[in-house]
Amino acid sequence: MENWSYIIWILIIPFLSFLFAALPGTKLKSSVSGLVGIASILSVAILSYITAYSYFFVSGKIDGVFQKIIAFNYVWVRFSEVLQIDIGGLLDPISVMMLVVISTISLMVHIYSWSYMHGETGFARYYAFLSLFTFSMLGLVLATNLFQMYIFWELVGVSSFLLIGFYYEKPSAIAASKKAFIVTRFADFGFLLGILLLAYYTNTFDFITLTDTNGTLITNPVAATFMGASVLTWAMGLIFIGGAGKSAMFPLHIWLPDAMEGPTPVSALIHAATMVVAGVYLVARMFPVYLMVAPDALEIVAYTGGFTALFAAVIACTQHDIKRILAFSTMSQIGYMMLALGVSGYGGEKGLGYMASMFHLFTHAMFKALLFLGAGSVIHAVHSNLIGDMGNLKKYMPITHITFLIACLAIAGIPPFAGFFSKDEILVAAFEHNKLLFSIAFFVAGLTAFYMFRLYFRVFWGKKQAYHHAPHESPFIMILPLILLAVASCLTGFIPFGKFVSSDGRELLVHTHWNIALPAIGFALTGIFTAMAFYKKETNASTDITNALGAVYKWAYKKFYLDEVYLFVTKNIIFNGISKSIAWFDKNIIDASMDGMALVTNYFSDKIKGAQSGSVQQYTWWYMAGSIGIVIFVLYFLMIK
Amino acid sequence: MDILSLLVIIPILTIIGIVFCQTQKQTRIIAAIGMSIQLLQSLYVVWAYLKERALGNTAEMVFTKNYIWFETWNIHYAIGIDGISAAMIALTGVVIFTGIFASWNIKDLSKEFFISLILLSMGVFGFFISLDLFTMFLFYEIAVIPMYLLIGIWGSGKKEYSAMKLTLMLMGGSALLLVGLLGIYFHSAPGGGPLTFNILEISKIDIPVNVQLFLFPFTFIGFGVLGALFPFHTWSPDGHASAPTAVSMLHAGVLMKLGGYGCLRIATFLLPDAATELSTIFIFMTGTSVIYGALGAIMQTDLKYINAYSSVSHCGLVLFAVLMLNKTAFNGAILQMLSHGLMTALFFALIGMIYGRTHTRDVYKMGGLMKILPFLSVCYVIAGLASLGLPGLSGFVAEMTIFVGAFQNESLYHRIFTILAISSIVVTAVYILRVVGLLLLGPVKNKEYLSLKDAEWHEKLTGVVLIIAIAIIGMAPLWLSDMIMDSLEPIMQKLTSIK
Amino acid sequence: MIQGVPLQHILLLTTLLFFIGVYGFITRKNLFTMLMSVELMLNAVAINFVVFNAYLFPENLQGHFFTIFIVSIAAAEAAVAIAIIVNVYRNIRTVNAERINEMKH
Repeated sequence: MENWSYIIWILIIPFLSFLFAALPGTKLKSSVSGLVGIASILSVAILSYITAYSYFFVSGKIDGVFQKIIAFNYVWVRFSEVLQIDIGGLLDPISVMMLVVISTISLMVHIYSWSYMHGETGFARYYAFLSLFTFSMLGLVLATNLFQMYIFWELVGVSSFLLIGFYYEKPSAIAASKKAFIVTRFADFGFLLGILLLAYYTNTFDFITLTDTNGTLITNPVAATFMGASVLTWAMGLIFIGGAGKSAMFPLHIWLPDAMEGPTPVSALIHAATMVVAGVYLVARMFPVYLMVAPDALEIVAYTGGFTALFAAVIACTQHDIKRILAFSTMSQIGYMMLALGVSGYGGEKGLGYMASMFHLFTHAMFKALLFLGAGSVIHAVHSNLIGDMGNLKKYMPITHITFLIACLAIAGIPPFAGFFSKDEILVAAFEHNKLLFSIAFFVAGLTAFYMFRLYFRVFWGKKQAYHHAPHESPFIMILPLILLAVASCLTGFIPFGKFVSSDGRELLVHTHWNIALPAIGFALTGIFTAMAFYKKETNASTDITNALGAVYKWAYKKFYLDEVYLFVTKNIIFNGISKSIAWFDKNIIDASMDGMALVTNYFSDKIKGAQSGSVQQYTWWYMAGSIGIVIFVLYFLMIK
Repeated sequence: MDILSLLVIIPILTIIGIVFCQTQKQTRIIAAIGMSIQLLQSLYVVWAYLKERALGNTAEMVFTKNYIWFETWNIHYAIGIDGISAAMIALTGVVIFTGIFASWNIKDLSKEFFISLILLSMGVFGFFISLDLFTMFLFYEIAVIPMYLLIGIWGSGKKEYSAMKLTLMLMGGSALLLVGLLGIYFHSAPGGGPLTFNILEISKIDIPVNVQLFLFPFTFIGFGVLGALFPFHTWSPDGHASAPTAVSMLHAGVLMKLGGYGCLRIATFLLPDAATELSTIFIFMTGTSVIYGALGAIMQTDLKYINAYSSVSHCGLVLFAVLMLNKTAFNGAILQMLSHGLMTALFFALIGMIYGRTHTRDVYKMGGLMKILPFLSVCYVIAGLASLGLPGLSGFVAEMTIFVGAFQNESLYHRIFTILAISSIVVTAVYILRVVGLLLLGPVKNKEYLSLKDAEWHEKLTGVVLIIAIAIIGMAPLWLSDMIMDSLEPIMQKLTSIK
Repeated sequence: MIQGVPLQHILLLTTLLFFIGVYGFITRKNLFTMLMSVELMLNAVAINFVVFNAYLFPENLQGHFFTIFIVSIAAAEAAVAIAIIVNVYRNIRTVNAERINEMKH
């Protein structure tokens, strides 16, 4: 048994780095905070690799099953005799895999930002927030219990909020950060209710206890029902709402495209590779519970994922902002992962979907971060986000071009790039389980190839642009992460992923299913060639098609008007409808009734004030009248009777 | 000298010291020294309490002292603390300490101002250490009355109206409260013998249920008015808006906690049957407070109004938790009182500092302050994040404890109100982020503000002390919640004994 | 005890006298006439004391004593009152009760 207590440093180092960069405010030299940030994330990455090595190859396995290891665990707060929140570190295949993903991407982004953010006023603040994010994200994946996950879930939310709103003088950035925070907060409301409901019936937050396939929750689930569905289905469904919010699933996706207001490396780290897959990670973490006691909730996961994959892909075909296209593509790919989880079973071959989902998460992180960093490089050169302002960049930026192409091929699912392998597993899993979802996934694969290559050709080929000053290749510090990630995108597909990650911890041998892979490749190639035909040279074909589609195109371009619906609900119903009327009610009913009491008192005191005139004569008059009255009363009523 | 009475004596000595001061400088230095000693003393009390418990003292209250004060009616000066009061004492110590520094530059009648302020804090300290209902009520009134002067003289805006409104509503509350307390007193000896005001003695007897049902509304509403219970909360927005900075801090930070503390320690502890039977009605009122306050805050434009409504919401959560009648929720209520006390004090301090510079509290007139006043703005953001329940800051621990506790009640009625209360986390995020966006972020709206100076040393001290306190509770809540949990045991025993 | 005059007649006289005093006190604005009205009331009461004493308890003298007290105190009171009134007149040039309201506001 190995001593895993060093895992705690994976959390402590980024937190210290955050404090170091944040506490002195502006007094610290910006380069110092940047260097400290990079050094700390480098050490975290090394620790993560050591952990991964020793977990996967040395001591993680007992009797051919990967164990769930509690590296450390401290009580954080006690709610009652049975319920408590622990802060700890749980090692199992997916958390170790996530450690590697997060620290790698974070390291790349830290390095890349050194050059990308050079000269920004908030350089130190930027690195502080990045460290905070890395800390929270690592805490999230290491969580030993649902509540710890919720804690770090909120923390990644806030670091995402801070980073999206990094350019805090820009109104659009403020609006986007607010939107991101509030939409995910709304989802977290569901998550929290789910946690509370689950904890009420199981008396624990602990993942190992909850997901134990021989544990009481799974072998002897609670029978209580509410409105026709089991309470556990409710709980798991509510927890999935949290995951859907963070992972930008329909209909809680509206914050993700706007979140692109943040600096591009941030989008690569948070809104492409790590934070947005937290929802997938959550479902994967609770997977046995979903599958065995709340299959209805899992069904919802699958369909939400499938629908989002399609929905986002359609929108991505119509957008003009390079980062938004990538954002929609992220949504679509996360939809894939959700779908894969949704169609998975448990154990052996049945657990293929689970493995595929995690595999896709892994490869997607690499090539999507690469795409974003490449886009950042392009934006850095062109000073615009709109693909209309770009074109023919392959001449100016050869390395960016090649790495971007590799990433596009990877996401389109062309062998031998990474995306092919993971996507193939997803398609196989969907095919075996649900033909409808399979056909959606299959169709989206082609669509993905189309819109990615639309982007690629528009940016790197296409018409010759008259640039103000010629774009030039980015500096080496920005190129280095691109090259490393490109290498990763080429090679990670060959990792025998099933050996390490599977639904039950046992080895799962996977092989490419060519009967599904070949048509998928063909379809993807069709997409690529269509895009090539439209966009490689400047042609009118694309505008013709746009015009032919007319209203449908406009719908998709406007993202199906969901933003407007949300805006209507929040602004007109909640703000102006409810909140204003409450303000009115408070002022004119409640407060007025309090003031009314004072007014009534005042009125009567005003009326009887005249009696106290200070005039002795008046007093005498009342005195006499009173005495006579009393005399008459006494005589008439008491004496005479 | 026993360490608890010192908490009352130090403020009195400080007041006497201030009386002999000549200038504003002397006054504030004396006040600062006095309240620093007071802060150390209150922290020492907590430490001494923890040590006492660690040594194995399991008495319900420790450091008890009992002097007869008025023999005819058996009124005592009885003092003692448990974990709950120790925590509240520490909170008061921190808030009054920072309050002094937040009013560092007060010019008019500074002597009288500091005297009233310290007198108020003395009342609060006395309230928290009292074990005798009568002395408790006495200190309660000492804490409430100076508020009238503080708002009426040093306030801003329509201060006479606000001061009058606040004082009258709180007096109305204490009139109800007095009925309740006297009612408890007259039923404190069912088997004959001398009547008593002592809480510990009353808790050992059972007041007849029909009497409890009559007294509980008086006691609960009486304290509830101070805790901004819907619909008796309207003194809070006007009162806070007109009050000077330190008074808002003390009032929202500490005085409103007297309400929650009283509801728990007197209404629920001494009248448990009635609390169980009548909780449904009051859950409706408090649950409404929570969501109503939060929604009400969304569209306000005055910074202090926003915060006042937010206080209604957060303090509503305290009373809501008290009515959930289980240990976790009680614990959450206390934590929420501490957390809300600290962060709302921070909020009001910052609003005061910003107002002192921009001379407006209208959020639409300001903007982009982050660039001009970075220190104050960062503090404001931290306060905001604490308020919307960010993990690592105090609000999260408190709210989660309340929610987990509230969820222990299985009935649909409780569930509905619990879910409503939980939904306030979303609404809170909305109004906090709205203010942060309008006030701090974005381009600078008014060019005159560009010349404003960031925080001075005493303002920094205020902010830093409060933030440290918030972060300590937020990051390491275990010792605190365990301390409170232990002290909740008598209340729980009393509650379970009647079920 | 006056022969041929019943008690009721005298009481009627003192009642009239008293209410004339009351009426004067209530309606007059001049401080002097108000003082005179008070004297009327006092005298009505004094007569009542004497008459009751003489008619109902002729062997006792308390009524007479009381009357003498009243007369002497009335004299002192008149002296003080007139002194105040004269001072008031000196200060604000009026003896009208309604216009003496300096202290009221």
